[in-house]
Amino acid sequence: MAQEPAYFEFLCRMGDNALVLGHRLSEWCGHAPALEEDIALANTGLDLIGEAQLWLGLASDVEDRGRTADDLAMGRDVWDFRNHLLTEQPNGDFGQTMMRQYLFDAWHVCLLDALCDSSQAHTAEIAAKTVKEARYHLTRSRSIVIGLGDGTSESHRRMQTALDRLFPYVGEFFETDSIDRAMTASRIAPDPNSLKDPYLETIRSTFLDATLCVPEQEFYLSGGKTGRQHSEHLGHLLTQMQWLQRAYPEASW
Amino acid sequence: MTVSIEKETEQTRPALDTVWTWLESLNDPEIPVISIIDLGIIRNVAWSGDTLEVDVTPTYSGCPATSFIAQDIEALLRKRGIIDLRIRKILSPPWTTEWLSAKGRVQLEKYGISPPQSSGRPRCCPLCGSTDVIKVSEFGSTPCKAQWRCRTCLEPFDYFKCI
Repeated sequence: MAQEPAYFEFLCRMGDNALVLGHRLSEWCGHAPALEEDIALANTGLDLIGEAQLWLGLASDVEDRGRTADDLAMGRDVWDFRNHLLTEQPNGDFGQTMMRQYLFDAWHVCLLDALCDSSQAHTAEIAAKTVKEARYHLTRSRSIVIGLGDGTSESHRRMQTALDRLFPYVGEFFETDSIDRAMTASRIAPDPNSLKDPYLETIRSTFLDATLCVPEQEFYLSGGKTGRQHSEHLGHLLTQMQWLQRAYPEASW
Repeated sequence: MTVSIEKETEQTRPALDTVWTWLESLNDPEIPVISIIDLGIIRNVAWSGDTLEVDVTPTYSGCPATSFIAQDIEALLRKRGIIDLRIRKILSPPWTTEWLSAKGRVQLEKYGISPPQSSGRPRCCPLCGSTDVIKVSEFGSTPCKAQWRCRTCLEPFDYFKCI
């Protein structure tokens, strides 16, 4: 297949988004404001790490150089990660975590829905499997964003602060580069920019119900999915996530 | 005993119906009242030459029980004398709670787990039968369950998520 390096890169982007956000959610384990929320965050994280295994497993097959999904997850350093900046942002308070989750879930569902029609059967299969889980995540994150946004004055203030802080990372979802153009040309994946309008329409309607104001700005931060420049937070995350494999290379059970 | 079974099956390939019956004896490690057949995760069993192929689909993509189930299948079939065995992980079509058998649904409810409903909410409390139930959380003790509570008997219970 002519576009193999681009396809590998695309699969790493898919896998790294799920992996990094899944790890972020796992950081809540034992710390969430209520037991039920603790369990819900850990379960959402588990679904995402399962999704990451599928995408990185396929990336490993496509690359065909003997690197396994685990090698990709645990053996690469910051500059080789291809997740969006949004997913690596710190958890903050529970409201900020749920705002990040909602902004991600709404995009994730749009993208996975489109990938169900991918010209690559394996990509379409993974999308069809994981979109069901992503839809379930979206139902929950949406209702929490609305509940807290349209809640007390304190919860409203915190949710608006979270939205203002995280909204500048949304633009990166729709940025198109040469990898995306190769994926679009071979009908493996949709043009990221084609998801922008449906996405914005979805989140505006949610934020209306949540009595939150969507920032009116065009400026956005990027550099995560291309690997050009991650935020400082990813390195700290990897020191935790990859500690065991780096201290005890090739450890397994 | 084991030796004689192995000897016997080395010569004849067991019928697929027999293999299905064997698999029926394996239960989900997390929900020990329901067999993996009633859970709907065994998608196909077939002979490919002298190799027995078993197609398994995960319930949730991150569910840790999936790999334990594959190990259980392998252990069981090896004990039954199957030498050439291939367990394939199948993603498509994705698992749906519609594949839970009627028997499996009854078993779940008896065990105290409310079976999935297309309405997205439990039919009734599996403990006392009351329909006055409320959702506590979309997630529960395993990836496939949510937490609900009965307002009549006041007990919390698991509800099998509908996907």
